[in-house]
Amino acid sequence: MGAQTVGEKVFGIFNTILMLGLCFVTLYPFVYVLFASFSDATAFLQHRGLLLRPVGFNLDAYKAVFQNPMIISGYKNTLFYVTVGTAINLLMTAVGAYVLSRRNLFFRNFLMFAIVLTMVFHGGLIPTFMLINKLGMMNTPWALLIPSAISTFNLIIMRTAFQGIPVSLEESAKIDGAGELTILFRIIIPLSMPVMAVMILWYAVGHWNSYFSALVYLRDRTLYPLQLVLRDILIANSTDSMSTGAAADDKYAIGETIKYATIIISTLPIICLYPFLQKYFVKGVLIGAIKE
Amino acid sequence: MRQVLDKGPMNKRSVKRKNESSTWHITGKDIRRNWMIYLLALPVIAYYLIFHYGPMYGLQIAFKDFSPARGIWGSPWVGFKHFMSFFDGIYFWRLIRNTLLINIYELLFAFPAAIILALLLNEIRGMMFKRWVQTISYLPHFISIVVVAGMMFDFLSRDGLISQLLGFIGITPIDFLKEAGWFRFLFVSSGIWQGIGWGSIIYLASIANIDPTLYEAAKIDGANRWRQTFHITIPGIMPTIVIMLILNMGNMLSVGSDKVLLLYNPLTYETADVISTYVYRKGILEASYSFTAAVGLFNSVISFILIVSANAISKRVSENKLW
Repeated sequence: MGAQTVGEKVFGIFNTILMLGLCFVTLYPFVYVLFASFSDATAFLQHRGLLLRPVGFNLDAYKAVFQNPMIISGYKNTLFYVTVGTAINLLMTAVGAYVLSRRNLFFRNFLMFAIVLTMVFHGGLIPTFMLINKLGMMNTPWALLIPSAISTFNLIIMRTAFQGIPVSLEESAKIDGAGELTILFRIIIPLSMPVMAVMILWYAVGHWNSYFSALVYLRDRTLYPLQLVLRDILIANSTDSMSTGAAADDKYAIGETIKYATIIISTLPIICLYPFLQKYFVKGVLIGAIKE
Repeated sequence: MRQVLDKGPMNKRSVKRKNESSTWHITGKDIRRNWMIYLLALPVIAYYLIFHYGPMYGLQIAFKDFSPARGIWGSPWVGFKHFMSFFDGIYFWRLIRNTLLINIYELLFAFPAAIILALLLNEIRGMMFKRWVQTISYLPHFISIVVVAGMMFDFLSRDGLISQLLGFIGITPIDFLKEAGWFRFLFVSSGIWQGIGWGSIIYLASIANIDPTLYEAAKIDGANRWRQTFHITIPGIMPTIVIMLILNMGNMLSVGSDKVLLLYNPLTYETADVISTYVYRKGILEASYSFTAAVGLFNSVISFILIVSANAISKRVSENKLW
């Protein structure tokens, strides 16, 4: 780069400091939580200010968390919702996108209009709730899997990607006697792997992080996904069930570090996978930004 | 909806379609020849009919007194009764004010924050450093809202980290989340913390699409970085900014219940209760279905009008549009 003026140099330094500050503000909360989770409960309560390392290292909080049956079942349920939910999402979205990418589908424009309309106008929480109730999905895993089977936004992105595939490929496959399903699964989907990867990530992270539909549709605590269990522990403050073994005085103390350990355990998969997956997410935003 | 960049790839199929004649003739043949594709369309059509148009059908209870025994269809019509009781209710203005104010603060602070970050990232010379900052700043976007709210509860409680730090400079501890006066600030600033990096991606991409010869010409004319930013970069990303602004305007009267529901409590309802959380409390917890369906419908209709008019205005003044 050419010569910099003094002003540009000063700005460069200022900018670097600002960005380092942003990184600190973004990361430090997680670092604090990590250190706190490994701290001795009583020592942590007496500690004031920032943590630069765990105070009195111990693993009591993690032991308590792993003994909590709700965390274990929450984890299992979430894994189920993420895998089955994402599979349903992908299948339905791919089929929908394939159908809508067909050039002379009967009523294609009308269908497209009817689908896009649902993005700007929807029935809202209460009518949806009543519908789920009426369908007998209340308090079943289906309530978290079926009503959100297709995200219209993703459907449109996938359709755009499918439309970019040359029709000639499809036609030559037809001449060779391939049916629609063969074309979709053997030609269209393999040729759209980047978009499929983005969809898997978006849907999977969506399922992993969502709690609201579980809050509305599930009553049975054994069906709760991890996020709803977390809500009880972190927000509604019910660590009591985990620290029943501890003496009454220590209960409050250990409750605090349990919260931090819970945060770490529930966030770890995302934080570990994130650096590897980040570029796909970014690609996804950009795919979404391209006009159909 | 986020169809921002204008120069998408040429749509190969639609190009082809223009060369073909008489769609009716073709579709007639198409149904017989490609019955499989129509079979595949069925589950998708069924999904949209049931789970998107079904609730729209159910919306009629907003104009009825719903009783479970008589069902949606059989319940008696009551006209605009529920709308009237919402408009005359003591919470109406509070809900409108809270919903609007949170959106206005987000528009004033969170919306420009992502743009400013993109501009600052664009000025970083070291590519490695830039990539690191980006990776770190995107991270909070993937943390679940429950965990973010949980951390806020811990850090912002009376003996939490923030109060401890304030204690060092002699400020008495504050239980931030129990004070109505702090709610909007905390809601919006935590939103910025979580979303600033992710929000900047779209603008960075838009900056990357600016013709580099513009910068070279500007340099020859003696424009410094500052002037280049104001005369090339910002005008260059204007279409993206306008589209994002339209999307924001369309959402002016909706604040998702997810986050508010976690962060608020009866002590902060005064500033924190928004339309969606009110619908959740009244509808799901207290089961007054007809009334809350009316509140929800009111909200949906206003949002619909807002987004359609924001799009129309933008089309007229700047040729940027969503559809």
